[in-house]
Amino acid sequence: MTGVLRRLRTAGILSMNRRNLDYIQRHNPRRLYPLVDDKLITRERAIANGIAVPETFAVIETEHQNRKLGELLEAHGDFVIKPAHGSGGNGILVIHERIGQGKRTSYMRGDGRPLRIDALRFHVSNILSGLYSLSGSSDRAIIEYRVKPDPLFKHISFRGIPDIRMVVYKGVPLMAMLRLPTSGSGGKANLHQGAIGVGVDMFSGITAHGVHYERPAQRHPDTGYPLAGLQLPDWETLLLLAARCHDFTELGYLGVDVVLDPTHGPLLLELNARPGLSIQLANHCGLLHRLRAADNINPIPSNAAQRVTLGQKLVKQTD
Amino acid sequence: MRHRRQFVVLIGLLLLVAGASLYHKVFNLHLPLLPGQMDDAWAVEAHINFTADERVPVRVELPLPENQPGFSRISEDFVTRDFGLTTEQVNGGRHAIWSVRRSGGTQSLYYRAVFYRDGTASTDALGAQPLPPAIPDYPDPSGPAILSVLEEVRQRSADIETFSRNLLARLNAAEPSEDVRIIRADYQPDSPEWSHQLAHLLAGARIAARPVHGLQMDDGMRRARIQTLLAVHNGQQWLIFDPRTGERRELPKDFLIWHAGERPLLELSGATSGQVRFSVARHVRPQAELIQALPEVQDSPLTDFSLMGLPVETQNLYRILFTLPIGALLVVFMRNMIGIRTFGTFMPVLIALAFIETRLLLGIGLFTLLVGTGLLMRFYLERLQLLFVPRIAAVLTLVIMMMALVSIVSNLLGYQQGLVISVFPMVILAMTIERMSVVWEEQGASEAMGQAAGSLFTAVLGYLLMTRPLVTHMVFVFPETLLIVLALLLLLGRYTGYRLSELWRFRHALWGHGAQS
Repeated sequence: MTGVLRRLRTAGILSMNRRNLDYIQRHNPRRLYPLVDDKLITRERAIANGIAVPETFAVIETEHQNRKLGELLEAHGDFVIKPAHGSGGNGILVIHERIGQGKRTSYMRGDGRPLRIDALRFHVSNILSGLYSLSGSSDRAIIEYRVKPDPLFKHISFRGIPDIRMVVYKGVPLMAMLRLPTSGSGGKANLHQGAIGVGVDMFSGITAHGVHYERPAQRHPDTGYPLAGLQLPDWETLLLLAARCHDFTELGYLGVDVVLDPTHGPLLLELNARPGLSIQLANHCGLLHRLRAADNINPIPSNAAQRVTLGQKLVKQTD
Repeated sequence: MRHRRQFVVLIGLLLLVAGASLYHKVFNLHLPLLPGQMDDAWAVEAHINFTADERVPVRVELPLPENQPGFSRISEDFVTRDFGLTTEQVNGGRHAIWSVRRSGGTQSLYYRAVFYRDGTASTDALGAQPLPPAIPDYPDPSGPAILSVLEEVRQRSADIETFSRNLLARLNAAEPSEDVRIIRADYQPDSPEWSHQLAHLLAGARIAARPVHGLQMDDGMRRARIQTLLAVHNGQQWLIFDPRTGERRELPKDFLIWHAGERPLLELSGATSGQVRFSVARHVRPQAELIQALPEVQDSPLTDFSLMGLPVETQNLYRILFTLPIGALLVVFMRNMIGIRTFGTFMPVLIALAFIETRLLLGIGLFTLLVGTGLLMRFYLERLQLLFVPRIAAVLTLVIMMMALVSIVSNLLGYQQGLVISVFPMVILAMTIERMSVVWEEQGASEAMGQAAGSLFTAVLGYLLMTRPLVTHMVFVFPETLLIVLALLLLLGRYTGYRLSELWRFRHALWGHGAQS
């Protein structure tokens, strides 16, 4: 056991305690949390800073508005309903298609199960009452554009939309992984719910090893296709997008989740002030050496593109 | 860097204060470090009976036992009825004086005290060397006889000890001389006053002597007999003689000196046929409690804030409350060092507290049964498509009805234990169910089950820890232990190392690294 301990140390694996104390507590002041915990604020700031996000169709704040849900949805055939304060991909309802007219309207979910408008209203009610919100306090429901699956991920994704998680420290992107929904994760891209994390090379944007439920995985469990060797498009652009998210959040230790839409390109999905540690498992690599290397750089360039280059330099340095 | 130094200094200070206080309490005040050490305390009682004369002021005087080598008084009280009570210092001893202007009939007064025996008896209790008494003016006809006996004894003795022994032997002789017979016509060897008379006679040779009245501390002496000895000072120390045999002896072991001096045990005016009866009873009490009640410990500034001074109910509350930080320390350890997931931070401590009320096995049974059924109900309610808050409230209501059912059924079956559920564990259970439902919805079933198991496990450990006599004893008798707990919590708060669970969790991240290192 002491052997494992020593090897974890040499590998620079960041522990939960150190992440909480040395990175989150030191670099993410509490007052900045609402910025990332409330997706509406994140969205607003992102747009103001020229970062693309999925279009918002409507925001429902009261039960009164909820009664007119049918009318609000009339203009859209497919959409996503999500809580403004949700976490871990909970409370997200994805509607792919609307069938029928008037009272007979059915809203089809990704798995083909139809829902009536009542069920949608119930879901929105749950969101409003705070069921999915981080603090349990009342919340708002966002109805937004449904990101379409990129054909790139056709073979290694099961329903849902894969996203790319990048850890950005002091504005420098240091590690990335591709998160793939599985049948077990119910279309969600969260690792602890059963999604697969795949490490991504910081220079090339090519995928490598996968991790499923904290165990190594080489193939997607549902499709059987290998996870490694996939080239993510516009890799430098993705890193630049992640680096720029630091500029409007001021959070020192930040998780940036980006999705690829075939028509709109990379869209910022959400930000995370407490990004998880499994990204280290997906990359077979610890974060700590990279974080420490970044701490030795003073000052960190204010230009996002320079920070992307810096990040790649630090990765090479510590490898 | 400055923060780091501040932190180290703070931890050091906490440990230093706690350590110094512990050291003082253990080595200077002799508080027991371990629980369960019991010791004897002796409850002594003097019961005074007399018939008061009609329409005259009544005055009753009783000497009171003092703290003495071997015995410390930890409490006393008086039953005074209609009498006024004062205590007075008389010749270095304390006397209780009961008085009333008008009274009549048979009266009873009580004095009770609890003594803690903390050593062995010694004659130091009798005080310093007294001045040699003046030669009394012995009246006729015994006067000449006394002087003649004293003269005879003087010639046949070398020092005060042999003189006293000789005199006592002579006076107690079975076949007394003519002179002694004359003396004993006035002074009866069998009378309670015999020792007083002996002291009076010894004064004729300018020898300081005083009767010593005391009680033998034996268990269950409903009617303890007061024992009278004669103490004679030989210029260096007090020598103890048996007034009936004249033999030199030591003060008996476990002998509580009630009163030493010329004055009688009971002085009455305005009343007749007075008598005082004594009783002795042994109370076995925790040593810590007895020591904390000692006067010298009570006067120590450290124990001014002792919890032992609080009313018993409040004490019992703090007995429980003070174990909470220990439970909290355990939770911190389990979460941040081991990596066990629990509901919230202190839910396990609260569950452990609930177990203290319900007992462990029953508690675990009720916990699993009620949390399980609570969750089943929740799933059913979910199918009804209810809003979140009303749904949780409905679950709570159903759980409380379930609890009532458990109580009723167990009562019908003749088990009293099911009835134990009181308000506190009920609230904790309802909170646990709510918390678990939320986790279930937010993070899925496996996470909820994992956290439930982790919470239950930590709660059981917490229960076992918090009910250990050593733990309850330490935090209650030595509240400075909490400063040590605080220091440990601060240290754990700076722990950035791996959790035990992370050694397992991150083992696959080592692929490709194992070869290098």
